[in-house]
Amino acid sequence: MSYAQPDPTGHFGRFGGRFMPEALIAPLDELDRAWTDAKADPVFMAELDRMLREYANVPSPLYEAHRFSEAVGARILLKREDLNHTGAHKIRNVIGQALLAKRIGKPRAIAETGAGQHGVASATACAYLDLECTVYMGEVDTERQALNVARMRMLGAEVVPVTSGSRTLKDAINEALRDWVASVDTTSYLFGTAAGPHPFPSMVRDLTRGIGDEARAQALALDGRLPDAAVACVGGGSNAIGLFTAFIDDSDVRLVGIEAGGDGVATGRHAATITGGDVGVLHGARSFLLQDEDGQTVESHSISAGLDYPGVGPEHSYLADIGRATYTPATDAEAMAAFDLLCKTEGIIPAIESAHALAGALDLAKELGPDATILVNLSGRGDKDVHTAAEYFGLIDEPVVLEQGVEE
Amino acid sequence: MTSQIDELFERTRAENRAALVGYLPSGFPTKEQSIRAIEAMVEGGVDLVEVGLPYSDPVMDGPVIQAAAEQALAAGSRTTDVLDVVRASAATGAPTVVMTYWNPVERYGVERFAADLAAAGGSGLITPDMIPDEAGEWVAASEANGLDRIFLVAPSSTDERLAMTVEAASGFVYATAVMGVTGARDQTSSLGEELVARVKRVTDKPVGVGLGVSNGAQAHEIAEYADAVIVGSALVRCLLDAPDESAGLDAIRSLARDLRAGVERT
Repeated sequence: MSYAQPDPTGHFGRFGGRFMPEALIAPLDELDRAWTDAKADPVFMAELDRMLREYANVPSPLYEAHRFSEAVGARILLKREDLNHTGAHKIRNVIGQALLAKRIGKPRAIAETGAGQHGVASATACAYLDLECTVYMGEVDTERQALNVARMRMLGAEVVPVTSGSRTLKDAINEALRDWVASVDTTSYLFGTAAGPHPFPSMVRDLTRGIGDEARAQALALDGRLPDAAVACVGGGSNAIGLFTAFIDDSDVRLVGIEAGGDGVATGRHAATITGGDVGVLHGARSFLLQDEDGQTVESHSISAGLDYPGVGPEHSYLADIGRATYTPATDAEAMAAFDLLCKTEGIIPAIESAHALAGALDLAKELGPDATILVNLSGRGDKDVHTAAEYFGLIDEPVVLEQGVEE
Repeated sequence: MTSQIDELFERTRAENRAALVGYLPSGFPTKEQSIRAIEAMVEGGVDLVEVGLPYSDPVMDGPVIQAAAEQALAAGSRTTDVLDVVRASAATGAPTVVMTYWNPVERYGVERFAADLAAAGGSGLITPDMIPDEAGEWVAASEANGLDRIFLVAPSSTDERLAMTVEAASGFVYATAVMGVTGARDQTSSLGEELVARVKRVTDKPVGVGLGVSNGAQAHEIAEYADAVIVGSALVRCLLDAPDESAGLDAIRSLARDLRAGVERT
């Protein structure tokens, strides 16, 4: 039987749904209808497709990483999302949501960002499509990511530092929601990942699923068969759901999500939501999340700013529940070892987020052996992570201000 | 079955006034002080107490209530503390409800929370991020434990959603007078009156209006068309701004008196 999720009210089994102020329910219904109509409109879809091709450099190539494959002991195919405009898969989601905002006719867009990658992608799409753009970013992150703040401002966006709560990504989402509840008549919320209230998880999936659709066709063209496994990192989960969706009905293809293990799940300092969290409600959906005994959200920890989020998209919780995908953690150290290996064997500097997926592929290679073909989503490039990585590997003496971080 | 809240609205209708609903967060600045602040609020004339359950991600709240919740959590406030505060509040004789985001209730266990809230003398829950569409378990638990379900309606609610929400609600219906988060505003919004009129067309359940009310004059305007006036941030601000506890309690008592005079319709 073919996979068809979510149900009409946005539930993936017991996950998802809408846990939102009533004031936002009618606007969410409106967004749901608008996206359903747009998806069915060949003119809209052709326009989106054209923009992705001409502007965002999509489809991205599938690349057989020979030297990396040799080093890890299995054949590795990399889906090169790092070559997209703005350097990550994020642009697919944001161009789609921004074009939908134009269609609905709201002149202003807001977005949240952690490290700045979704913020930069949003500012980019808003400049491209002539929308006014406000980006909420935790104050801690604006300090850590000063260059991304400058980049967003260069692109014409207003960046608002968020000083409430832990002053990181989850608080930026809270503040964006507070803006939206007061401004929804004129404002679209460009949500950065496949989480949040319905219809965001399925809409973001629809917009990112090109990753897997392309990779599936590219793998078939290359090998005449499907890969044995598809691997992606999971923070909120947009690149992973974008990769997995094409393969869900291919039961012979293992789907593996790699969560941010931080210092190790046992230490409590991690962002491995499915591995180490419990079911609850955060930011509008029921899913796994990191929480204390009282249901207060617990701060996550990861070397990768883009995976540093205490929640996860509801469809991943569902895929874990039904056993169609498995989710395992890679620690900071494992991710950085894989980061180093890709740099040295392929001359590709991956985003630290994507390095988690590479670390997962290393483990999988040991299990599946040299005859296996493993598809890995290289969801973003690592230019932004040069500072973090250089510090980690002790390559610079003095701290220098460089950009870092991406949301996965 | 007639609840304590139903009885309150029968009384305020007979007295030709709106009920005054006051919100204060549990555990701010400490559990004991939050209890004394609630007692002061009731002394000043608040009819129905909303005890806020401090939560890490309060998306419906503006800066004042956010700050109070953060301080309460930093001081170690727990879900069980909220039940203690409810017990003390209910002991004043004012019907007492808990205003809470959903995850702490789900984490505690919906049925267990309902049973413990009822045992503490609580009358119901106000759920800013729980809509009737998702509330199956809460509807069952509230019915089993005799608790009222106060859902929110908003200016953006469609007629269809308004009817559905009002049908699922009991005690009263919470009408958010503006599109926005909690926090005192200089002027009341015309959206509130329109929204109440729309609610009144589909129900005879009492309707309370909240968001942005901060003084007796505003309360008076709202009392002309609503069954209850709901005040939160302005009361919390009394505590945030006060140099010491007794000044804070005086400010709360005095604001409550002003608001209470405002809700009279004569």
